[in-house]
Amino acid sequence: MESRGAQAWRWLREHAVNIVAALVVVYLLLPIAVILLFSFNDPQGRYNYTWVGFTFEHWAHAFSRPELNEALVTSLKLALLATVISTIVGTMMALALVRHQFFGRRPANFLIVIPMATPEVVMGAALLSFFLLIGTFSLGFETLLIAHVMFCISFVVVVVRSRLIGFDRSLEEAARDLGASSFQTFRLVTLPLIMPGIFGAAMLAFALSIDDFVISNFNSGTTVTFPLYIYGAAQRGIPVEVNVIAMILFFFTVAAMGFATWQQRRAEKMASVRPEQEAGIGVPAGAAAAT
Amino acid sequence: MSSLRRRLSPYFLLGPGTIWLVVFFVVPLYFMAKLSLESGTVGSLEFNWNWSNYSEALSEYDTQFVRSFIYAGAATLLALVIAYPLAYAIAFKAGRWRNVMLFAVVAPFFTTYLIRTIAWETILSDESPVTEFLHAVGLAPSGHILATSWAVIAGLTYNFLPFMILPIYASLERIDVRLIEAGKDLYASAAQTFLRVTLPLSAPGVVAGTLLTFIPAAGDYVNAQILGGAGNRMIGNVIQSLYLSQADYPSAAALSFVLMALIMIAVVVYIRFAGSEALMGEDTV
Repeated sequence: MESRGAQAWRWLREHAVNIVAALVVVYLLLPIAVILLFSFNDPQGRYNYTWVGFTFEHWAHAFSRPELNEALVTSLKLALLATVISTIVGTMMALALVRHQFFGRRPANFLIVIPMATPEVVMGAALLSFFLLIGTFSLGFETLLIAHVMFCISFVVVVVRSRLIGFDRSLEEAARDLGASSFQTFRLVTLPLIMPGIFGAAMLAFALSIDDFVISNFNSGTTVTFPLYIYGAAQRGIPVEVNVIAMILFFFTVAAMGFATWQQRRAEKMASVRPEQEAGIGVPAGAAAAT
Repeated sequence: MSSLRRRLSPYFLLGPGTIWLVVFFVVPLYFMAKLSLESGTVGSLEFNWNWSNYSEALSEYDTQFVRSFIYAGAATLLALVIAYPLAYAIAFKAGRWRNVMLFAVVAPFFTTYLIRTIAWETILSDESPVTEFLHAVGLAPSGHILATSWAVIAGLTYNFLPFMILPIYASLERIDVRLIEAGKDLYASAAQTFLRVTLPLSAPGVVAGTLLTFIPAAGDYVNAQILGGAGNRMIGNVIQSLYLSQADYPSAAALSFVLMALIMIAVVVYIRFAGSEALMGEDTV
């Protein structure tokens, strides 16, 4: 017979990892809860740091601050453009790196990894040096777009590449055998199957761009993005509307992620409708999706 | 004809991205190198191999360099200790909770970095329950956490934690469970199985995670600015203020290069030491 204490101890030992993990999850979500809570705050002064009272006021008038709205619109435009450009360019690079054996592959790989291993402050400073010395660009939306595409490309390549590596080439061969041209094969077979990867990469690029502060801080000139607005406002007290808009962005991103997951499941189903799988020929689609 | 097309197509696919990265990443580094050897201020900058920018930058800001590496190192270690159990639980124990937990890991990214850090300013402020609790159990004897080294390290740890969790999770998830079962058969105790099988197999994830946490943490200036005080400035703060407030471009450029070089050295030594090649994204095709 085990004593009660020993039983409790055994339970604790068996579940120790889960308990620690649950605590870490709470830790990860704590600031988000604080942001949400303080979006309902009713601060008396300019500073939204201490809890005063509950109000829906700021949710009802989320878009009542013109400069904040302007900054948000700039950020959204910038992130959309940067996402479209970096996703197209990055997907092309990933296709070249995974599908082709060619001279210069190693340096190309290196060129893609190195921006991810460079601190943002160095990238921002280098770009600013470049823009200042070359003189053809005036700092503003244009330079921000250049910078954002630059730091998004590497991440897009990495995400799309991981999707391509597990790709079952026999599906393409089947399409070719059935008489599809190489363009048709790409459009009708390859693209739909790697679409979840591309979509994921695009979401990552969008998130990186809309969240970027450091590089933007160096290269924005007088243009104000959402993070730059927050930075500027931090000195004189951040309006509660910032919390509200941050939460709206949060829920939109969550919805987009849910959509992406659903789309990925669909693509997996699409890839798994094949008779060979039972015979054990070729890579199972599940393995492809797992990488 | 078609073989020529096949030979050229990778270059066509790589072209636009490569040009973008070369023109807006590599060339700017060259311009910054040039700038770091110039003297004068805006309008009267002159290139004259002014190496003293480097020696002055290093002697004047050595404390900030050392501090940056200590903070980043401490944050990386803390993040590793926090991340591993969570990654392990998600990979092996979460069951149907797996997606929920993975969501919790990436959720912080869905709120702006600055707002997250400002939320920590609220959480760690003097009147907050967290600070009062830590004060009560003797972990914050002065009753203040903000404007101390710990506040900055806590901010860095939190902000870069997902970069630690995700690679570790990815490498744990790839482990063939049969290896762990075999380990249990051979080593009997769970602790030994973990130390001899699971941990070594997750090493690539640990190496990748520590790099992805350390590099951005060492160059960060947002946490030090929002959570730290005057005595907690990191090298990123110095570079930022030299560039953007004082317009001392040559010194700032020199500092950026030294920072990049130091991080590169640290990374190379670390990778040699850890012996991992899984990081460069080889073995494709």
